[in-house]
Amino acid sequence: MASLVDKTAASGVLPGLRGLPFVLVLIAIAAVIFATGRWLGSSYAFFVGYVVLQYIVLGTAWNILGGYTGYVNFGVTAFFAIGAYSTVVLNKLVPAMPLPVMILIGGAMAGLVGLGTGYLTLRLRGVFFSIATLALAVVVQTLITNWDFVGGARGAYVLRPRIAPLIGGEYVQYLFLIMLGLCVIVLATARAIERSALGYGFAAIRDDEAAAEASGVPTLRLKLIATGLSGGFMGMAGAPLPFYVTYLDPASGFSLNYAVNAIAMPLIGGTSSWLGPVVGAILVGGLQEYLRVTISSAVNVLVAGVLMVAFVILAPQGIVGLFQRKKR
Amino acid sequence: MDASLDLLLNALISGLLLGGFYAAVSIGVAISFGLLDVVNIAHPAFILLGSYVAFLGNTVLGIDPILAALIAMPAFYFLGMLAYQVYYVAFERRDDQSLRGLSFFFGLLFITEVALVLVFGVDYRTVQARYIGATISLGLFDLPLRLLVPFLVSMAMVTVLQLFLSRTFIGRAIQAVAQDQLALRLMAANPIKIKRIAFGLSIATASLAGAFLIIIQPVEPSIGREYIGRVFAICVLGGLGSFPGMVIAAMTLGIAESLTATFFGPSWAPAVAFGILLVTLAVRPSGILGR
Amino acid sequence: MTALLRIEGLGKRFGGFVALEAIDLEVQQGERLGLIGPNGSGKSTLVNCICGTLQNESGRVRFGEEALDGLSAHQRTRRGLARSFQLPRPFGSLSLAENVRIPILYTVNARPGVGLGRSAIEARCLELLGEVGLADKAGLRPRDLTQIEMRKLELARAMATDPKLLIADEAMAGLSHNEVDEIIALLIRLNGQGVTVIMIEHIMRAVMEFSQRLAVLVAGRKIADGTPQEVVRNPEVVRAYLGE
Repeated sequence: MASLVDKTAASGVLPGLRGLPFVLVLIAIAAVIFATGRWLGSSYAFFVGYVVLQYIVLGTAWNILGGYTGYVNFGVTAFFAIGAYSTVVLNKLVPAMPLPVMILIGGAMAGLVGLGTGYLTLRLRGVFFSIATLALAVVVQTLITNWDFVGGARGAYVLRPRIAPLIGGEYVQYLFLIMLGLCVIVLATARAIERSALGYGFAAIRDDEAAAEASGVPTLRLKLIATGLSGGFMGMAGAPLPFYVTYLDPASGFSLNYAVNAIAMPLIGGTSSWLGPVVGAILVGGLQEYLRVTISSAVNVLVAGVLMVAFVILAPQGIVGLFQRKKR
Repeated sequence: MDASLDLLLNALISGLLLGGFYAAVSIGVAISFGLLDVVNIAHPAFILLGSYVAFLGNTVLGIDPILAALIAMPAFYFLGMLAYQVYYVAFERRDDQSLRGLSFFFGLLFITEVALVLVFGVDYRTVQARYIGATISLGLFDLPLRLLVPFLVSMAMVTVLQLFLSRTFIGRAIQAVAQDQLALRLMAANPIKIKRIAFGLSIATASLAGAFLIIIQPVEPSIGREYIGRVFAICVLGGLGSFPGMVIAAMTLGIAESLTATFFGPSWAPAVAFGILLVTLAVRPSGILGR
Repeated sequence: MTALLRIEGLGKRFGGFVALEAIDLEVQQGERLGLIGPNGSGKSTLVNCICGTLQNESGRVRFGEEALDGLSAHQRTRRGLARSFQLPRPFGSLSLAENVRIPILYTVNARPGVGLGRSAIEARCLELLGEVGLADKAGLRPRDLTQIEMRKLELARAMATDPKLLIADEAMAGLSHNEVDEIIALLIRLNGQGVTVIMIEHIMRAVMEFSQRLAVLVAGRKIADGTPQEVVRNPEVVRAYLGE
């Protein structure tokens, strides 16, 4: 783990040793996690694990735009819900469609909405983009609430198959496996970005946009790439949700908790590397589950908000940042 | 034909009155975002806090919600000064407003909402006052007092603030802080102190706006979010920092929403603000009165 | 000689305020041009119009064979037009090596037929920092630098784009006598390597020492253009600088 944490020192020093070994390690870790889950055979573990994995994907997706590029997306729920509701629609139209295809379509829809919002607002100061994404969450919710085909305000029921395809066992194991796969894809993408010209371009935009332009960085195009990627991954994270909850209504699909968690986790874990959102999601997700069981569900949602405010004030570099400073 | 004309007229009037209320909701952000460049997206949370203070004053002490809001104003002023002090020390001084500063306000928004749920639950709350439910009928159209009273008090508040900004030393210093901090230092005024006062004022207006909100409609903790889009749509459309522009924009949005609700159904109204916001940002980011 | 940069009738206004009016200016290949003028005379606006940070309303800017009008700043940078900023604007969260790495990745490496490998980029970063005397600080962050080191980083980053024309916007303001000499030597060395340089400066000693030709802006208009000796004796220039 130590070599992974030390990413700034490693970047650029390891020519050739770029994506592949990292992806293989990720896949190995994922396989061990899944095998352990099967061995435990507890569906509670799979249900809780799914939520944490979902937040790793959401947090990493947010961080690609927020942490790397410096543009704050408050409309996480809009992208997440677009993914979830596209699954509801696809499931009604083509019930036999495999879940991974639905995830791809949901991700593409969310990515396109991200591109559209970005195209209209990213020429202006970053804060206008943030405000537009806040309003976007409200407007997408309004559209869904008024759309009878997906149940409108009443919500929609989705039948969860009893048996997981391919792997057998409970369906939640399949959902868990799918989310685990998404995690591998998203984390590998995030780390590849960090070490590529794209990542340097994002960092330049975050630090000083005029200087980035003067250095030849096509800022608008890069911002659109970041927005599309980030929105697309959020949509992919949301696409399996209807099968997980089996009943989806606008109030729960657009719950502010998703947005707060997706923003809080990278900020708590650290925004400068792919590891930050992972640390944040495991820590905050785990803590929330613990509080939900021991105290109440009202208190557990408060945790992410309070921790986020505490971290941005007291430890702006996040947990990974604290750790790096100590090492140096 | 006649009925739809009647409908149109009433929708216009109630939209105009609604716009007056929106002006009260937005003036705090017109100060914080427009003049101080502090992007307080948590403003609607402070407004909601104002609603619940008015609710408590009304149900526990039995006083008028607007009176309760006026009494609570100094407390909101100090709350605002405190919030700005934290913001300044943690973000503005470190030049980290855009990522972590915004997230800070987002966190405040969320924490306030959850705290209100914990204290008051998720039920809708209302207040009692003689003017709620009464209407003045003027033949062709009706003036619901529930909307008219907030409209009048709101316009009074906007006028007072406009006079304060243009006629007093501190008011002019607040306007200058946006333009030229160096000039302000030469005037022997501390820009941070001026900004703290201005931010306190902006939060103080949330107290009154909150009382208006709970007079106009039943309130539950999550409705604050709907107002983020509205408030920023109004401030951007009005041209940041201009009160007259802000009032015109508020009325425009009020009328647009009222017409939408009348002719397409109330569930579509929240989308209007977003449409206006996006179109303004894409076509004319300097606002209607901008150059 | 062929003109590398040709500005014809360039005008720029902000609202009702005319910042630049009908500016004509030619810069020859390999030349060292000084651009002077009192505060608010429009020098920075002119730089921003040339570099694409601002778009001019009238007139045109030609660079080599090509009209630049409508191109964004990064497209102009890729064509060989580099600038340094009046107040240094480093990428604060990145090391000095990474600061110069970004323009290499996005200009030199973005040009057709060029594809520097990792180690070549690495070496070029150190070379560039070495040219401005910052090689031993390659791993530091910009906040650890002194004023003059910050200016040097700004120049190194501009040079990393491998420019044909470099516009140095007040690269010496606030520096000591010796430090000014250092920067002048740096720019002259760069010019010796074939880079055309426009120097915008208030420090007259630096301008006179550096420039082969001098252009003067006053209140958005070019009032003089010629050899430094001619220009400083021009009565209009004297009046603009010393008052009536």
